[in-house]
Amino acid sequence: MTSTTDSAPASPAAKAGRNEILYFALRNPKLLIGAVVFTIFLLGAIFGPMLATHEPMTFDAPPGMPPSADYWFGTTLFGQDVFSQFVNGLRSSFIVGTLAGFTAAIIGMFIGFFAGYRGGFVDEVLNMLTNVVLVIPTFAVLLVVAAYLSVRGLGTEAAFIGLTSWPWAARAIRAQTFSLTSRDFVGMARLNGESTLRIIFGEIAPNMSSYLVMTFILLFGGAILTAATLDFIGLGPTDSISLGLMMNYSVMNAALQLGMWWWFVPPGLAITAIVGSLYVMNVGLDEVFNPKLRAL
Amino acid sequence: MLRYLARKLFVYILTFIVAVTIDWAIPRFMPGNPVDALVSRIALMPDANAALTSYFMAAFNLDQPLWQQYLNFWSALFHGDLGRSIMLFPTPVTTLIGRAVPYTLGLLLPSILLSWYVGNVVGALAARRKLLDNSVLPLGYLLTATPYMWLGILLAWVLGSTLGWFPLAFGYDQSLKVEWSWQFFGSLLYHWVLPFASLFMVALGGWAIGMRNMIIYELESDYANYLMALGAPQRLVRKYAFRNAMLPQITGLALQLGAVVGGALVTEIVFSYPGLGWLVLSGIQNQDYFVIQGVFLFIIVGVLLANLIVDIVYVIVDPRTRVGLQGDAA
Repeated sequence: MTSTTDSAPASPAAKAGRNEILYFALRNPKLLIGAVVFTIFLLGAIFGPMLATHEPMTFDAPPGMPPSADYWFGTTLFGQDVFSQFVNGLRSSFIVGTLAGFTAAIIGMFIGFFAGYRGGFVDEVLNMLTNVVLVIPTFAVLLVVAAYLSVRGLGTEAAFIGLTSWPWAARAIRAQTFSLTSRDFVGMARLNGESTLRIIFGEIAPNMSSYLVMTFILLFGGAILTAATLDFIGLGPTDSISLGLMMNYSVMNAALQLGMWWWFVPPGLAITAIVGSLYVMNVGLDEVFNPKLRAL
Repeated sequence: MLRYLARKLFVYILTFIVAVTIDWAIPRFMPGNPVDALVSRIALMPDANAALTSYFMAAFNLDQPLWQQYLNFWSALFHGDLGRSIMLFPTPVTTLIGRAVPYTLGLLLPSILLSWYVGNVVGALAARRKLLDNSVLPLGYLLTATPYMWLGILLAWVLGSTLGWFPLAFGYDQSLKVEWSWQFFGSLLYHWVLPFASLFMVALGGWAIGMRNMIIYELESDYANYLMALGAPQRLVRKYAFRNAMLPQITGLALQLGAVVGGALVTEIVFSYPGLGWLVLSGIQNQDYFVIQGVFLFIIVGVLLANLIVDIVYVIVDPRTRVGLQGDAA
């Protein structure tokens, strides 16, 4: 994915240089639709809490009201403002997704790069570690860990999700690194006596940057789903509201039987839209970065 | 072939040891003292406090050196002793799990196998067919992005609460006696439909997308082009592509197990279905750590066994693993 601005023949695509990617990106409907949906929710998470006129957890509203001008998303059975809970929950989801996604991406990159580049014994050991964490049902591990923590914050939740969700990323990055390591330019860098770290981050990583971006996107979406699942089972953050917790409260308090759809539809819809937009964006990005997939 | 399986088995045994060690270590090295938390939770009278504390100290063997505790933990495990439940004292945890497991397996097995099969077929049909592809692909992404519990909630709300076609909660009609009768069986089935449907639908999307992408990849390969050049009918080429595309999907099945189990747990909670998920939830609400740990170990063992079965199936299906070639780097 490196740009070929130097010494390239003056074909239209090459003249465009890095703009070529932008050119295809702006004409890819999947990427655009995904990005728009994602941005809407991101803006909601950033500015929503400022717009909310009520506190998320205080019981100052009339209980069980459907959406109205005063309470945009209605109120819970206990008289909490659903809109305020929703936007604050959105914020929690984005925070957990980002932190957990970064944690998992860094671990996955570190292990993938070193296993793929070094090979041999290092590869064997790291591969074994990856396989073990891959096979363990991580959700069960999170269950036990979270159950023993009496105080849970968004940070701890994100850390644990990040620490358990990296294996597939490590595996994918390892395979990519493996194929890049045998290329000539890496051999040249090695002949030049460059250090391992420099080769990895100066030669190998930039050549798979698009791949790394897509890996991060998938890790981000996966973390949001895992966090919602954990929250729903009652192991979410104890100090803030989240989308999973909203669903948990609504189901535990008979919102289904009472038909209070405004309580449980928005949080699930938001998660589905965010994660779905990420997946669709990912497919779009793949088409943008990979000329073979461009359907133009 | 034996080398391939032996390698896999080694990883599984290692994983099991790691999982048991985590299970042993977490209560002991987490901040805060679970024994105090337990005692404060269930203590009724001041003098019951001391008795309970000593009971739990003995149960955890906390007064012994760490290595001795670790060995004891393993020994108890191999004797099938997972401790006693606190919320339903003195029922052994194994009894509670044994009661819940049939419900969870009854949900999991059909939904995993059926969604895998149907997803593969739908995905294979959709690949390279404009009209079908344009509907299957977006729907597939939407379904994989849906949290398991939310689809369950929606189904329960629309089909259960609003339309009243299906029951909203429990594994069977609570007024019936648990017995081997047609009436009871019918009630079981009736309560099973919605949780099964939500698990099935969420899992379906991923398989369809995966299969569609694999088929497209296979149809671009040399053997497919060669067959086309020879004038082989489309159906035959697709049949070969399907069989080759199947292999990564089998590996994928093993990798997805953990996520589906998590999905089953939350789906059961939505429907108050008396399986492992419901058990875990009441364990969490009552801070019944032995139950949570027991379910954890049970899920680990179950997923590892399922992985092993998938590996054996893989050896049967992919001849390359049998003759010692690596085959797919599963």
